[in-house]
Amino acid sequence: MYGLGLAKGLMVTMKNFIRPPFTVQYPEERLPQHPRFRGEEFVWYDERCTGCASCAKYCPLGIIKIVTSPSETAVLEGDKYDIEVFDIDIGRCMFCGLCVEACPYDALFMGSGFERGRYQRKDLVISVDELRQAVKRPSTWFRPQLENARYDPQEGEPLAWEDVGREKWPWHKQEKAGAKINRTVHRGGAESSQDKK
Amino acid sequence: MPIRTEPVTINIGPQHPSTHGVLRLRVTFDGEVIVDVEPIFGYLHRGSEKLAEERNYVQVLTLTDRLDYVASMTNNQAYCLAVEKLMGVEVPERAQYLRVMTAELQRMASHLVAAGFLLQDLGALATPLMYCFRFREKILDLFEMLCGARITVSYMRPGGVFADAPEDFWPALDRLMGEAPELLGELEQLLMENEIVLVRTKNVGVLPLDTAIAYSISGPVLRASGLPWDWRKADPYDVYDRMQFDIPIGDRGDNYDRFRVRIEEVKQSMRIVSQCIEQMPPGPIRTELPFVLRPPAGAEAYGRVEAPKGELGFYMVSDGSIAPYRCKIRSPSLINLTVLKELLVGWKLADMIVTLGSIDINMGEVDR
Repeated sequence: MYGLGLAKGLMVTMKNFIRPPFTVQYPEERLPQHPRFRGEEFVWYDERCTGCASCAKYCPLGIIKIVTSPSETAVLEGDKYDIEVFDIDIGRCMFCGLCVEACPYDALFMGSGFERGRYQRKDLVISVDELRQAVKRPSTWFRPQLENARYDPQEGEPLAWEDVGREKWPWHKQEKAGAKINRTVHRGGAESSQDKK
Repeated sequence: MPIRTEPVTINIGPQHPSTHGVLRLRVTFDGEVIVDVEPIFGYLHRGSEKLAEERNYVQVLTLTDRLDYVASMTNNQAYCLAVEKLMGVEVPERAQYLRVMTAELQRMASHLVAAGFLLQDLGALATPLMYCFRFREKILDLFEMLCGARITVSYMRPGGVFADAPEDFWPALDRLMGEAPELLGELEQLLMENEIVLVRTKNVGVLPLDTAIAYSISGPVLRASGLPWDWRKADPYDVYDRMQFDIPIGDRGDNYDRFRVRIEEVKQSMRIVSQCIEQMPPGPIRTELPFVLRPPAGAEAYGRVEAPKGELGFYMVSDGSIAPYRCKIRSPSLINLTVLKELLVGWKLADMIVTLGSIDINMGEVDR
């Protein structure tokens, strides 16, 4: 019979008409975000970073700029370079996460934000000071140690540098064993994660 | 007394919502009847093949996400297969299963977009499209859980996949597989017997099988013309040889067949995903490879997959350095688009929009 198909289709429409909506009203309501979400506001730990620039070399677009200088303590003893510039040009970033995958010291993490609208392109460059001062809620993308600890960047507490690593860093092991290493860390903001401890 | 008419040439696109991206069609009409169609593309050309020549093998993977951005998983898979062939590495079994599973989920998502936009082009504005998108949204949500992104996934790596699925992925996938038949059934009930859809799509834009083969058409467009040709069966890659599934074919090759074949393929994909969940073996998910791959100089490899839109192939040539010497992409959308004129001459403007939708092109892949 002609029109039966239309009637069947309208039944579906009616069923969906009385169903609660699947969408949410975005700025007021938010969908839950998964811990692996790759977003902006990279989380970076100054204390962990040695300035090896693996992330900058591995970035497909070359948007990470790093300038380092030898630090006061000897590099040969396993200490780090001072990071003078660590700029990430978020405006060109495609959030592939290869920089995070490349980091051998677990110093760089993806963030979980996605609302970084700015009026000018230069505001989209994240500088080293901004990275130092940012609230550190790392995404668990490519960081199984955070995932095993069931860390959720949306609800979890900000993490300090001691809690995020895979413990493969030689000087970190020494320090765990009780050795005291005098480390110079640039104070970007009022407090660093060391002060908080 | 007959009114004297002359053919009129008009442009449709590149900024036109129903050309599925930045495709421009130069169409000559006699009244409302199409006399000639010429697709003009290149508005989304980003030079992916050239960009690949100055990036190392893992970095190129991020470019493949952006070819067919509706189905990034299968792009990843084709590229990884090519690089693995080039390097001569084996992929762990669990990684192969994860690849097949995610590729089939992606095929479901891509076919839902194709079906939804075909109906949108028919004039069923928004409602059926939103039903398709509701289903697709659940799949994309799983992808976000799995690899942190919904569209540009970058999930696979040469030698496996980058990480195993998180613990809460498996219950979520089971939930989706439970809901999927109902969601798809709703779509079928809404549309497959709808008289308006039948009248507008049956016997419109018929592609005979010999023409399809002559134009080297692949994917659902070829299968709708009646040839059961699928690389998953013809040359099984990863673990497709262990999967039980059928190849749905159409009998006439019209717009309705192309639409129906896609819906049937979604069902077959659901079968494959459930088999993957059952058979998923434990074990490693990635072969240990160095960060910077250096395939032997002079090596050549062609990796191909049955992408949702057809045969997607990567032809890679190495010169022994860290970057490919040549990366040729055989994209199904470009080759399927060439048959457009055969389908359209003699039909009217409104049928042109529907036929273009039924070929399911993606401009990111056409222009690369």
